[in-house]
Amino acid sequence: MDEALLRTLTPTVISVLVRRGADFAAAEDAVQDALVEAVRGWSDDPPRDAKGWLVTVAWRKFLDSVRADTSRRHREERVEGEPPPGPGEAVDDTLRLYFLCAHPSLTPASAVALTLRAVGGLTTRQIARAYLVPEATMAQRISRAKRTVSGVRFHEPGDVAMVLRVLYLVFNEGYSGDVDLAAEAIRLTRQLAARTSHEEVAGLLALMLLHHARRPARTGPNGGLVPLAEQDRGLWDTRLIAEGVDVLQAALARDRLGEFQAQAAVAALHADAQAAEETDWVQIVEWYDELVRLTGSPVAGLNRAVAVGEADGARAGLAALAGIDPDLPRYTAVAAYLHERDGDPVTAARLYADAARSAASLPERDHLTRQAARLNARPRG
Amino acid sequence: MAKYLLLKHYRGAPEAVNDVPMDQWTPEEVTVHVQYMRDFADRLEGTGEFVDGQALAPEGTFVRYDGEGRPPMTDGPFAETKDLIAGWMVIDVETHERALELAGELSAAPGAGGKPIHEWLEVRPFLAAPPTITE
Repeated sequence: MDEALLRTLTPTVISVLVRRGADFAAAEDAVQDALVEAVRGWSDDPPRDAKGWLVTVAWRKFLDSVRADTSRRHREERVEGEPPPGPGEAVDDTLRLYFLCAHPSLTPASAVALTLRAVGGLTTRQIARAYLVPEATMAQRISRAKRTVSGVRFHEPGDVAMVLRVLYLVFNEGYSGDVDLAAEAIRLTRQLAARTSHEEVAGLLALMLLHHARRPARTGPNGGLVPLAEQDRGLWDTRLIAEGVDVLQAALARDRLGEFQAQAAVAALHADAQAAEETDWVQIVEWYDELVRLTGSPVAGLNRAVAVGEADGARAGLAALAGIDPDLPRYTAVAAYLHERDGDPVTAARLYADAARSAASLPERDHLTRQAARLNARPRG
Repeated sequence: MAKYLLLKHYRGAPEAVNDVPMDQWTPEEVTVHVQYMRDFADRLEGTGEFVDGQALAPEGTFVRYDGEGRPPMTDGPFAETKDLIAGWMVIDVETHERALELAGELSAAPGAGGKPIHEWLEVRPFLAAPPTITE
């Protein structure tokens, strides 16, 4: 049985249980148990109607848990008296589950964990491995998150922006383990995009696709970071790029710009360039102008300074950098880059070494150290 | 099996034999060094002796309780701090000798000129849980 296929049924089956009267937390537990049983027992002989099987087994597990819990006796009576569900499924039940798991009362880390479990169908162990924490810690995080949203009505209107923030975090901050979190984030965003016409959902999906397309080129043979300008563009996944550009163009055509669409537009311009020197930096600067206008984000301002340096020369880039907070992560690395382009390798080498000291990840630190080493090793003269 | 912490210091360890700051190496020497560290951890995973490895940023903050209802007091980083941890590896090995042997290999990681750094690493045994049978 294809476990990934099975997982896609998770939100639907949870929704069916909730509509039959189960509370979200218990429904979610019951569906996880049913998934485990399915993975264990289906290998030789999967049922023809996978969803029907999961609903039946999850419902039985839910009733078992209610019966086992004597303090909930009164609820058992209510649930058992519930009429059977009507035919079909409300189209946006899955959407409601996204909203619930990204409820504003949850911290980002809790919302991420709950989304991966209840919408993604991942097990607690898989999520714990992906975020490099003990399984017991992740189990606590998830059960606290469920308690936090226990008072939220399932049909309460939700906030798409919160859902997007959660999916962005899953895509951008996944670590390791046996689950490809970037691919999982794309799957969940794709599923969301199929259920809502919100243009920023499309913007985020395009952004993910365009960055995912570069993944094979992003790390070198020894695991080192390969910067965009040095990547082998032949390794970029042209199918993902084409899809990302299509999704983005459809979103932009609706003329309701948002930050994810603007970021995706930058990524699309990079994807358009067959070689680094063919990059349309003037247009990229314009998109960063939009991003700064939309978000006021200092990170967008920092990236804008890099683009200005490419479009109008390093001196202009340094001038653009002058307005940015030097405490921002990667500020020093950007300053080093622009000083080198400006013909000042001594300052650049010193700044690269400083940037390496304040790097937030080992691959970045190694990369910045190599940049400093490269400049320090150049022939003096 | 017993667990040991192999500690690497930014400051505070005796001076290494091949003590050249990393940004003064050639880029290739940096690459070779990084690869050596990665291979070392992979090999210990293969032998079933690797537990954990982490690197730490050089700048930290000292924090202490400052009384009921008050925010914690912070201080530092202190330029004069004598001992500054750079990172660690936790290993689970049969003997103390094996821990020393592995620390020696880690200390042989190549540095400037492709020569071993001969960096001093600190090997610290974990305090274990008490045994069930003591008499």
